[in-house]
Amino acid sequence: MNATASTPVKRKLKVATTSLAGCFGCHMSFLDIDERILDLVELIEFDRSPLTDIKHCSPNCDIGIIEGGVCNAENVHVLHEFRKNCKILIAMGACAINGGLPAQRNSLDIRDILAAVYAQPGRGVHVPNDPEIPLLLNEVHPLHEVVKIDYFLPGCPPSGDAIWKFLTDLLAGRTPTLGHGLIHYD
Amino acid sequence: MSNGQDTKTFFLDDDEIPFEEGQTIIQAALTAGKYIPHLCYHPEFKPHGSCKLCTVRIDSRTVATEDGQTVKIPGRAAASCTTPAQAGQHVESEVPELLDLRRTLVQMLLVEGNHYCPSCEKSGKCMLQGLAYDLGVMSPHFPQYFSKREVDATHPDILLDFNRCILCELCVRASAEVDKKGVFSLSGRGNTKHLICNSESGELGDTNLAATDKAANVCPVGVILHKRHGFEVPYGQRRFDTAPISDNAVQYAPVKEQV
Repeated sequence: MNATASTPVKRKLKVATTSLAGCFGCHMSFLDIDERILDLVELIEFDRSPLTDIKHCSPNCDIGIIEGGVCNAENVHVLHEFRKNCKILIAMGACAINGGLPAQRNSLDIRDILAAVYAQPGRGVHVPNDPEIPLLLNEVHPLHEVVKIDYFLPGCPPSGDAIWKFLTDLLAGRTPTLGHGLIHYD
Repeated sequence: MSNGQDTKTFFLDDDEIPFEEGQTIIQAALTAGKYIPHLCYHPEFKPHGSCKLCTVRIDSRTVATEDGQTVKIPGRAAASCTTPAQAGQHVESEVPELLDLRRTLVQMLLVEGNHYCPSCEKSGKCMLQGLAYDLGVMSPHFPQYFSKREVDATHPDILLDFNRCILCELCVRASAEVDKKGVFSLSGRGNTKHLICNSESGELGDTNLAATDKAANVCPVGVILHKRHGFEVPYGQRRFDTAPISDNAVQYAPVKEQV
């Protein structure tokens, strides 16, 4: 044993985040933790995230935070990439949890929606079909219907305080609980 | 607590609750300011006993086995809104087993309908939402049902959004028992069961429902909505923003005190 070893430096946890069929409101709310982000980056480092502009997950991420439901083929690929590379996946916000407002299109036929959106007066319907545009799914789905989700953080968006409470609970090894005032579905 | 020799009481968790002859468990509990979660119960109507959220366990026993261990034999489960209180009963309500079952019931209701709180004007004062907050429902747990339901905007003052109906029949009972109009009814069975309006066209606009009717003001969720009154109370000041649903037991009490 090496008797000269000083206090071991704790490895920072790698956190990846993304927004699928969401509005980035949850990410904005994340930034509402304000200066507490300085305490947070003592414990974590951001991997793939809109905050870092890293395009793909490292293979050993500890926590993946996903905002938004699954509405197109690209969302499915990104979600699978997160599940493959993150030990813990968190569904953040109403859309990730039950599809949210985008899922309100689920009662309509996707062809009718596209026809209504891309109808041009007098020139018919021209739905964009560039191969780079991800194909829409016929229904918007919550994340847990596609991959296993470990934790759910409700809210539209969850408040900065709720996100802070949730993450600090999780980082301390406790089951995250919110309680009155922090748990919100809107 | 008792002011006379003949005051009857039962035990709800650790509290002694007085009751009058004929009161149900939930009536006595709410009168004493002790909250039991419920959705289809309303102090002004006959109990319905359908939502099962108010289920309690009555008279569980602990017995000693031959090898000296103690085993708890659970008492019978009963809806506290339809079960008369009896002297000396031991009723369990706030126990982990029942809280888990209630949480599951709320989750099933949330995935069965289309409950999108961010766009619902009942949000913040919805009993289903308030209960889910109180029970700590963080996830839907079940696959979303995405039921396809219509809205009915034919009435000049009232909007019906069937997407959020939990089939509690409060509007049915209010219209039949209080308003004497019979505007609402349930139709179908199993997962085709749904709320209907009793008019030849099936539309609310062809019924004689008035915005002041009890039936128009009793919906615990966001089905029966008053037009031109949406989002009147700002976020942060709505009922369940200020206090959890369990803090308002007296509000539902059969004998209303000054609140």
